[in-house]
Amino acid sequence: MAGSLSCVCRKRLSKAFELDAKLEVPERAAVTVLFGPSGSGKTTLLRMLAGLERPGSGRIAFGGRVWFDAAQGIDLPTQERRAGFLFQDYALFPHLTVEQNVGYAASPEAARRMMESFALTGLRERRPGAISGGQQQRVALARALAAEPALLLLDEPLSALDAAARQRTQGELRRMLLHSGVPAIVVTHDRMEAVALGDWMAVMVDGTVRQCGTVQDVFRKPADVAVAESLGVENVLAAEVAGREGGLLTLMVGGARLQCVDAGEAGAVLACVRAEDVAVTRDGSQVSSARNRLAGRVSAVIPQGALARVELDCGFPLVSVVTAQSAAEMGLREGELVTAVIKATSVHLVAAVE
Amino acid sequence: MDWQAIWLSIRLAAATTAILLVTGLPIAYWLAFSTRRWKFLVEALVALPLVLPPTVLGFYVLLAMGPRSPLGALYGRLTGGMLPFSFQGLLLASVLYSLPFTVQPVAAAFAGVDRKLLEASWCLGVTRAATFRRVTVPLSVRGIATGAILSFAHTLGEFGVVLMVGGNIAGSTRTVSISIYDSVQALDYGAAGATSLFLLAVSFTVLALTYALQRRVWAVWPGH
Repeated sequence: MAGSLSCVCRKRLSKAFELDAKLEVPERAAVTVLFGPSGSGKTTLLRMLAGLERPGSGRIAFGGRVWFDAAQGIDLPTQERRAGFLFQDYALFPHLTVEQNVGYAASPEAARRMMESFALTGLRERRPGAISGGQQQRVALARALAAEPALLLLDEPLSALDAAARQRTQGELRRMLLHSGVPAIVVTHDRMEAVALGDWMAVMVDGTVRQCGTVQDVFRKPADVAVAESLGVENVLAAEVAGREGGLLTLMVGGARLQCVDAGEAGAVLACVRAEDVAVTRDGSQVSSARNRLAGRVSAVIPQGALARVELDCGFPLVSVVTAQSAAEMGLREGELVTAVIKATSVHLVAAVE
Repeated sequence: MDWQAIWLSIRLAAATTAILLVTGLPIAYWLAFSTRRWKFLVEALVALPLVLPPTVLGFYVLLAMGPRSPLGALYGRLTGGMLPFSFQGLLLASVLYSLPFTVQPVAAAFAGVDRKLLEASWCLGVTRAATFRRVTVPLSVRGIATGAILSFAHTLGEFGVVLMVGGNIAGSTRTVSISIYDSVQALDYGAAGATSLFLLAVSFTVLALTYALQRRVWAVWPGH
């Protein structure tokens, strides 16, 4: 691992939009997710890191080496930063074969190693136009890694794949990134992708980085309303698959059990539940179709206009959003015992980051 | 048929095309990728031979390479010869006259190469020059071929510029079109017809080849 990244970049991109991003990534973060809604400036920031776009002012340093410093007039050319860049549509050279693409800027030895470890040997003579999207992604990653980069930058690496392939590839991509030993920064606007890929996370809204931290911390404690809104999922819970029966999985979350639809997950997972999918009732015996009924204690009620954010302690922290009216009618107050109700179909699982 | 004139025209067209491939590619690269504000001036200058009457172009070239001009004087000192009414002078004029026919399709092809491919190459640590050679040129090869073929065909058929700059010296500056004009003036319709037919056949073949080679570049070609 080649050290930490520190970046402060400012640039006016249009009259109404100014990028003003401060990004700190510690050395221990293997995969950092740069998350934000589209148009928040993620890709621009990534291009600045690669040296493809010049910041108006600021400073970028990686692993103790200064890449850009407006004050000192330092602007290391793209070629010397050794930052591998994975483009959204992979940007494979269409006139070269898979093998020539991987070997484009690599020693024959490194190229051969990458061809093997990415299982591309069978596609050696093919052109990029004649292989699938998932295969193209592997070729692009192999090409970038064969050049022995110090840092990998990935711009929406899964967006060119169809939904089914994206699901399949998430875990594979994470494994490949960890296996490479090269620290990576992944841009995405998909929160599930963020959870599935990252250890460290930076949330970007309107051109500024609002929050940096571990993925779980960011989801659990969004720094401000804009971050919370862009994340969408308030509950990301560390869980363990404890059993499966009749198409349902039983998860252990803290001390509680949670049921959800079985999509083949096993072992350690992250259970994601949107706050609006968590209902709060007072009478625990009420019968409904919802599978999950969790006894808990209200730890806070925070009014948010027409809504109220209800923070519960069910053996693990759980956030619910109800209408302000319901909160008033039920007389929800801190310390009260209630039941949280979650439908099994509202619990989405993501393989946990090892 | 005036084989001497045909052979001269082919030699002139081949030499012009070769020179244009060497000089036109950098110009096309600059036009395709420069972000200078005054780029449009260079674009207009390069395209000028498309609209300028050949006689006007020929007139200025004649003045520029006359023995009293700096260029003509320099050439005289270096070679002891004179540019006007020589094959070399004719070659110089042809290069200028056919410049847009090389530069425009090649610049369009360069600009058509996905910029991300170039950036991908730079990110892999490959220099800009090597990226041009390894990515831009191979992906523009059809545009380059189109430019070369058009320049060749255009030079083969030029008349006005030759008349102004080269005159009518057999084996040195009497090209096919001049030869045809001479034959008609001498009322030798048989010779004129034979040479014309030959030029027609060559031109058609060359253009058919171009169309077959690359329709897309042709689509951006200005109709004139």
